[in-house]
Amino acid sequence: CAGEENWVDSRTIYVGHREPPPGAEAYIPQRFPDNRIVSSKYTFWNFIPKNLFEQFRRIANFYFLIIFLVQLIIDTPTSPVTSGLPLLFVITVTAIKQGYEDWLRHKADNAINHCPVHFIQHGKLVRKQSRKLRVGDIVMVKEDEKFPCDLIFLSSSRGDGTCFVTTTGLDGESSHKTYYAVQDTKAFHNEEEIDALHATIECEQPQPDLYKFVGRINVYHDRNEPIARPLGSENLLLRGATLKNTEKIFGVAIYTGMETKMALNYQSKSQKRSAVEKSMNVFLVVYLCILVSKALINTVLKYAWQSEPFRDEPWYNQKTEPEKKRNLFLQAFTDFLAFMVLFNYIIPVSMYVTVEMQKFLGSYFIAWDEEMFDEDTGEGPLVNTSDLNEELGQIEYVFTDKTGTLTENNMEFIECCIEGHVYVPHVICNGQILHDCTGIDMIDSSPGSSGKEREELFFRALCLCHTVQVKEDDNVDGLKKNQVPRRSCIYISSSPDEVALVEGIQRLGYTYLRLKDNYMEILNRENNIEKFELLEVFSFDSVRRRMSVIVKSSTGDIFLFCKGADSSIFPRVKEGKIDQVRARVERNAVEGLRTLCVAYKKLTDEEYSGVQKLLQSAKLALQDRDKKLAEVYEKIERDFILLGATAVEDRLQEKAADTIEALQKAGIKVWVLTGDKMETAAATCYACKLFRRNTQILELTTKKIEEQSLHDVLFDLNKTVIRQNGSLTRDTFSGLSTDTQDYGLIIDGAALSLIMKPRHDGSSGNYREIFLNICRNCSAVLCCRMAPLQKAQIVKLIKLSKEHPITLAIGDGANDVSMILEAHVGIGIIGKEGRQAARNSDYAIPKFKHLKKMLLVHGHFYYIRISELVQYFFYKNVCFIFPQFLYQFFCGFSQQTLYDTAYLTLYNISFTSLPILLYSLMEQHVSPDTLKREPSLYRDVAKNALLRWRAFIYWTFLGVFDALVFFFGAYLLLDNTVVTSNGQV
Amino acid sequence: MKNKTSFLPREGEAQPSRCPDNSAFKQQRLPAWKPQLTIASVLSSFFLTGAFCLTVGVCLVLSANSVREIQVDYSDKCSDCSKLRENSSNWNKECHCSVNFTLKEDILGDVFMYYGLQNFYQNHRRYVRSRSDAQLLGRKVNIQRSNCAPFSTYGNGTPMAPCGAIANSMFNDTIDLFYSHNSSVIQVPLLKTGNSWWTDKNVKFRNPKSYNLSSAFAGTARPPYWQKPVYLLDEEDERNNGYVNDDFIVWMRVSAFATFRNLYRRLRRVRRFAEGLPAGNYTFRISYNFPVTRFKGRKHVILSTVVWSGGSNPFLGIAYLVTGTAATLTGFVITGIHLKLRKKKTYFQRQ
Repeated sequence: CAGEENWVDSRTIYVGHREPPPGAEAYIPQRFPDNRIVSSKYTFWNFIPKNLFEQFRRIANFYFLIIFLVQLIIDTPTSPVTSGLPLLFVITVTAIKQGYEDWLRHKADNAINHCPVHFIQHGKLVRKQSRKLRVGDIVMVKEDEKFPCDLIFLSSSRGDGTCFVTTTGLDGESSHKTYYAVQDTKAFHNEEEIDALHATIECEQPQPDLYKFVGRINVYHDRNEPIARPLGSENLLLRGATLKNTEKIFGVAIYTGMETKMALNYQSKSQKRSAVEKSMNVFLVVYLCILVSKALINTVLKYAWQSEPFRDEPWYNQKTEPEKKRNLFLQAFTDFLAFMVLFNYIIPVSMYVTVEMQKFLGSYFIAWDEEMFDEDTGEGPLVNTSDLNEELGQIEYVFTDKTGTLTENNMEFIECCIEGHVYVPHVICNGQILHDCTGIDMIDSSPGSSGKEREELFFRALCLCHTVQVKEDDNVDGLKKNQVPRRSCIYISSSPDEVALVEGIQRLGYTYLRLKDNYMEILNRENNIEKFELLEVFSFDSVRRRMSVIVKSSTGDIFLFCKGADSSIFPRVKEGKIDQVRARVERNAVEGLRTLCVAYKKLTDEEYSGVQKLLQSAKLALQDRDKKLAEVYEKIERDFILLGATAVEDRLQEKAADTIEALQKAGIKVWVLTGDKMETAAATCYACKLFRRNTQILELTTKKIEEQSLHDVLFDLNKTVIRQNGSLTRDTFSGLSTDTQDYGLIIDGAALSLIMKPRHDGSSGNYREIFLNICRNCSAVLCCRMAPLQKAQIVKLIKLSKEHPITLAIGDGANDVSMILEAHVGIGIIGKEGRQAARNSDYAIPKFKHLKKMLLVHGHFYYIRISELVQYFFYKNVCFIFPQFLYQFFCGFSQQTLYDTAYLTLYNISFTSLPILLYSLMEQHVSPDTLKREPSLYRDVAKNALLRWRAFIYWTFLGVFDALVFFFGAYLLLDNTVVTSNGQV
Repeated sequence: MKNKTSFLPREGEAQPSRCPDNSAFKQQRLPAWKPQLTIASVLSSFFLTGAFCLTVGVCLVLSANSVREIQVDYSDKCSDCSKLRENSSNWNKECHCSVNFTLKEDILGDVFMYYGLQNFYQNHRRYVRSRSDAQLLGRKVNIQRSNCAPFSTYGNGTPMAPCGAIANSMFNDTIDLFYSHNSSVIQVPLLKTGNSWWTDKNVKFRNPKSYNLSSAFAGTARPPYWQKPVYLLDEEDERNNGYVNDDFIVWMRVSAFATFRNLYRRLRRVRRFAEGLPAGNYTFRISYNFPVTRFKGRKHVILSTVVWSGGSNPFLGIAYLVTGTAATLTGFVITGIHLKLRKKKTYFQRQ
């Protein structure tokens, strides 16, 4: 690690504030913040100025402020109250709301900052408030307590130096996760021992990624050289997580207060603006232009009218001396401003407030919807932002993840294939484990003796190569468990596939019992317990698409077991019945099963120590640790002997097909983006009716590109769809377009990156255009083998294409977060793969089927409601102000107001904003059942239909017409006559 | 003001059951009336609306037509008077003017006399503002600070009472009505009080308090165009004098348009005029003071009766008639279309 002392982005922490021995490298002491959490935006003192400043940064508020100031400064027809009061109202309502939210944050902050924390000072346990915690303090946390800051796990009351943690408060995952104490300190069990620890920790500066951490601990023993140990995320206990099943732990604080990963994560995300809001702003600009032109017209007419002296200054209405002397141009400018003030009520001051209230209150109706509540999980829809309610009614593209979104992510072990022989557990009862179903159906003939050996190795591999935890009940001690051999135990893992595999293998006779003291225990068919020492785990990642373990059997043999996607296993296999296995894997994939291949290799002791050395050096690196580790894995995971393959079924979610069909009928293009392999994904797409039997599938895959060049493939496909397109236009004319060819496109990640790759000759844009053109003409697109970032890339590509369609991304896993954030509307499924997606989404729903109601009913309603709200706001102000404009023609353009001050003030803020608010919360132009039954109604509101220019002009003209009726109706009614029966005028 | 409330998760809080209530409000199932547009309901609503509007319209037109109104434009009737008034230096020269007219039938009921002005911009903003409501309420105010300028004070600092352009330009013709009956000329008795709105008379206008009216206005001067001070507007009736003079109050209620009429007198229904105005020859005797030719205006004197719907303006009735006719015609058109389509449908069905 030489030469790495001066990393800019690292920090050095003295454990327990003990300086390292003088011989050690000198560090520049850094200042760290205290453990105070500040999520509030304002303090008591700066609330008013800061809040005002932020509010006046909005164009509308600023505009009204200017009008108000103009009214204060110059002599204007209306009193400053008429614009000052509404402005004050708007500002106050907003400030109260923001102040209340901030007060809640303050309260939450205080509760956290004042809660007591135990920590060690001079060998004794001290209680202090959480906010006084400093970086370097050694903290003790008891069971069921939350960690007060990000801690490096030093030791636990459990002998093996592990502890269990749930991160419910952090990312919503309720499973127990195991964390590991630093090897050299895990023996310290009481305060004195831990206080004697002399160590420094070097680690990266805080990063928001919850699952990544690199650091290094140097432990000093007397005068010896320090011992350096790597620290990873498995050693880091995060603030917000809760300690479970562990009496107490000791840890040293490394990130405190606002630098904890939790605090970094909860900071506001980028704001999304809806299409309605954008058109609202455009309309505002139009009205501003109307306002200015009205004021200009009136100013000009005023001077034309006044050119005759008997009108300008009749004997009954003389000017004062200063008025007579005033400069004409200055006078004209003042008149212009006065007309601006007179007509400024045409800009609806309370529109933003009403719109926001509508969105805020309206979002409760989504969260309250009983139909979107899932009984099984006890989850209902979550609304993380209410700004996008109406955008749900504008969706043109839906990008959906497959696993866990379209499918249940409730895996079921179907079969395994060992060297071409297929094994099926013969009773499958809905994923339930039945104790008597351990038999195996041999489809093929019984394997030979070497096959038998392979078979046993295969089962052991599946039993060992995973990261599944066994959930133990506390009241059952270990002895008893061993006496009850076929107990049903609960396996927990972040990956449902692994659980399905372990459960499946259990039905085939091999039961994984537990991991104890680094020994994995499995129960074989003869009811004997076999112990394997777990040496290394190369955990799964979506780039490698495989995981490996290195175990040492009781006989001393060292095995490396690897399981992973076929594409990542087959190239690394040097022997085994590849062809048979591959055939079986492909067959299964076509049936929509998820397949994994299993391979192994035997390591000699020398090889293993080499592996160990490589790993150690990579793990110690502070920078690019992941990259270095990946390189090492690449080196180790090769020359496998193929054992076989497994197939796991992932059932479609309830009503997934129905939902997709409805979305397609609603004119929404559905794209499936998945990391799965093409055959599996395509099978799922057929099952959920994304592709139909008559859909012609266009393939844009690596295989095809290898045969032809990318250029040719693209141009061929383009030609196909364009020919289709030409005939389509003719068919739509005749109104009989039902039997036109439906196209579905399948593209894989590699092909996509070829298309997206910028090329030197600058023709990449061309490829993209062709690709987009093909996509546009396909009713469904399946993108398989996608990396998480590529999902976001696809979304972005469509989002920025020339039609600027509104996109929606829906997914359930961490790999979908990037596309959820990228799309206009991000929807998270509150699913099995944790809550990351739900946390980062704008809306979260329990099941994919709820998307139908979300879009077709709620989206449609909210779009109708908000667009009518917006149009009405402009309409009512035209109705209000246009008579004022007309009146100027009757009062000598003298800026006389038509209305009373109180009416001018209250018209916008209460008379006309509250009734429409109620309407915009309750309106149902069509019943929800009809909307659900007839998805095509969604097309009626597509493309911002109710806020297009035509609609806007219609509403404006309606306003003008009504204003004419109001004005001339009253004029003619009262013209030169009396309307009272007592003759008074 | 975004609604993203990025609170930190509150530590140590149990999650309550999130199952939403099954209430009609929360599930957006509040009862609603969803009219089904059938041919019967549409047609009946059109015809009913049409019938209603036509009825109301006919009533309104008939009642408006029953109003008797006589309007006399006297701006040029006495050309010497109008010429005289064009020069403001002749302000104290009196000029009288008589206008004759004949009633062929009796005008029965209450008869109101209005004066009407045309092209007089009482609604000009400079004019509208040129008053001091506080002064008119009898308060002691510094009218320099009001909008009365240039009619607030004289050069020597004496404030005008009442101040402002509205008060200054008060209509000051006096119009008397005479009835010629068998060569005897009788003055028609007219009421000059009770012509203003109750709120104006009792709330918005009040004389300053003092032992008598002239002392109440001590230290002030009449507006420049007035011939006499405000406390001499009606020397006979204390309750119609000063700021609470009905003619003054009526004038001070500015009109919304440049053509307007103000109530001037009401017929006092006594003796010969108990039933109204009998048929015969009448004469308006006008003391012509108010100049209108200088701003190209006209002035009228109007005699009118009123009915329940007000004066003689048929607009409301016509509007109802037009609406009613339109609704009925639309109803017929829809009926026609319906019958035609129904035939077509049966034609299709037969195929």
